Amino acid sequence: MHASLSRVYWLLIAPAVLLMLVFYIYPLVQVLWISVTDPVPGFGNYMELIDRPLIHRIWITTLRICVITTSITVIAGYAVAYAMAQVGERQRTWMMFCLLLTFWLSVLIRAFAWVMLLRTQGIVNTGLQEMGLIDEPLRLVRNEFGVIVGMVHFMLPLAVLPIYSNMTGIEARLVSAARGLGASPFEAFFNIYLPLSKPGIIAATILVFVFSLGFFITPALLGGGKVVMISEYIQVSFEETLRWGQATMLASTLLFSVLLSLALVARFVDLKKVFGAR
Amino acid sequence: MPDGSNGTRSGHALSLRSLSKHYGSLAAVDNVDLDIPHGSFLTLLGPSGSGKTTILMSIAGFVEPSGGQILLDDTDITRRPPDKRNFGMVFQGYALFPHMTVAENIWFPLKVRGISKSAAGDKIRAALELVQLGHLADRYPSQLSGGQQQRVALARALVFEPDLLLLDEPLSALDKKLRADLQWELKSLHQRLGTTFIYVTHDQEEALSMSDEIVILRDGKIEQQGGPGLLYEKPATRFVADFLGKSNFLTGKITEITADGFAYDVGGHSLVQDGKPAASLHDTVLVALRPEKISLSPDRSQMPNALQGRISAFNYFGAAYHFQIQTEGLGEVIATVPAWTCAIDPTVGGEIWLGWEPNASVTVRES
Repeated sequence: MHASLSRVYWLLIAPAVLLMLVFYIYPLVQVLWISVTDPVPGFGNYMELIDRPLIHRIWITTLRICVITTSITVIAGYAVAYAMAQVGERQRTWMMFCLLLTFWLSVLIRAFAWVMLLRTQGIVNTGLQEMGLIDEPLRLVRNEFGVIVGMVHFMLPLAVLPIYSNMTGIEARLVSAARGLGASPFEAFFNIYLPLSKPGIIAATILVFVFSLGFFITPALLGGGKVVMISEYIQVSFEETLRWGQATMLASTLLFSVLLSLALVARFVDLKKVFGAR
Repeated sequence: MPDGSNGTRSGHALSLRSLSKHYGSLAAVDNVDLDIPHGSFLTLLGPSGSGKTTILMSIAGFVEPSGGQILLDDTDITRRPPDKRNFGMVFQGYALFPHMTVAENIWFPLKVRGISKSAAGDKIRAALELVQLGHLADRYPSQLSGGQQQRVALARALVFEPDLLLLDEPLSALDKKLRADLQWELKSLHQRLGTTFIYVTHDQEEALSMSDEIVILRDGKIEQQGGPGLLYEKPATRFVADFLGKSNFLTGKITEITADGFAYDVGGHSLVQDGKPAASLHDTVLVALRPEKISLSPDRSQMPNALQGRISAFNYFGAAYHFQIQTEGLGEVIATVPAWTCAIDPTVGGEIWLGWEPNASVTVRES
């Protein structure tokens, strides 16, 4: 390439690089720095991961909620994406519209809406009571159930979009070919369609899991302080107990777990391919 | 098993009874009756939109007919799902499973019939040998050339000994030379196996070179049906004469009817034709004349039909010359002559004579 041309390219991306350096990389380095210097230099904060049962509990809660949320979201998202890939053009446009509609509502409002629906005097409980199905109101919020409901609702489009985009690349003829060769509808699905939609499933799983790990507002509101996930505990440490060393340590650990899970997945699949970079 | 021996397995017969498929008000297939004898190689030939693919897809079970029946050896299979029909199918573009190796692709129809991969080993190998791809068993489809993918699709469609083999324009994606090679292979495969082949194409050369029987379709109906030779030599309609090969069309008035033919007038030229006309004296008649049945000479031809013309353009194809000749009365006429026996000097503007025998041309219906 021409040397002066390459300089122009660098000039063009310089603002973006600068922005990343000042507002992303620098704070990140700060976070990492504080986690090994406050209150005293060393890995004392990180020892808490091993020593403190409270942090163990929070981590286990977080992982459990993430795994359950991711499993439900990806399975439900697969069903929605599959339906979208099969229906006609008109229905597909409507389905896509309804799917993206949820993005127009702030996550805060959605979480409050779920609280209204699921609380003791909410429409779900009173409805079930009036139908005579339950005597006592069920506890649907301020527990993991409520958190998972809210998180699945938020994550669903994130699962549907990559799966759907992958499915549009699957030749419908391949399923017909399988049927013609003697496969029942189920055999054709499990032997042909499902394996071919695997990249979409992996992309959706990574996306939803990574998002879930650091999720804050929905668990904080629907958990009502009873279900504490890592990000909520980080906020508490930063703003209430003012233990910045501990907060930054947890934030860094969160970052490392995201990188670790990506590295684990990358051992089995080509991530560049999954996310369409290749 | 495709073991290469002849006549060990006789194919099955298939019949269509008033088969129809409507899409809204459009009749893609309109009341088609067809009997396909066992062991035959039948081609459905037609332009796009003629209904040939819809008929094939109905036979395969992917399209549900709006009316009529499909009978396999007198058993009604009209409503049977595709996986219960036991037909092999080669799709346009092959439809190989990209996440499976060649061997796994060929194993697939056996797998869904409950045969384990180890038990299917011999059959997979035999099917691969049948299409000369034994050395590529562990490749993925994306690593194969078009012709090789085509052969894998064929092996996969044959490995489970289907009652019928359905082929949907299987050669259309290949280059010309490869297509010609695979035509030979398909034909010899058909002779070795004895399976009934139903072949869909819009390529008239493929249809002529391989089929026992050709069905020409137009707007969802059968236009004409018969052996390749019959269809080429005795087209019944203008459409068939034009679609299968090329033809010059002469429209004239009958001036005289004799015992074994008739005379007719086209633009002032009196021409003679063998055979009884479908029309009576003074009626209009349509005659189709193949370009290769016209002889060209520098002087007036001794043939009963002769007229003069001027070369307006010509193409040289090595084996033959294709001429466009401007005539008075008949308009532009196309003629093909073998290059090495070409009697005239091929120059644009050259004056030459055309001639043909009364049995060279054939009367056809307008539609």
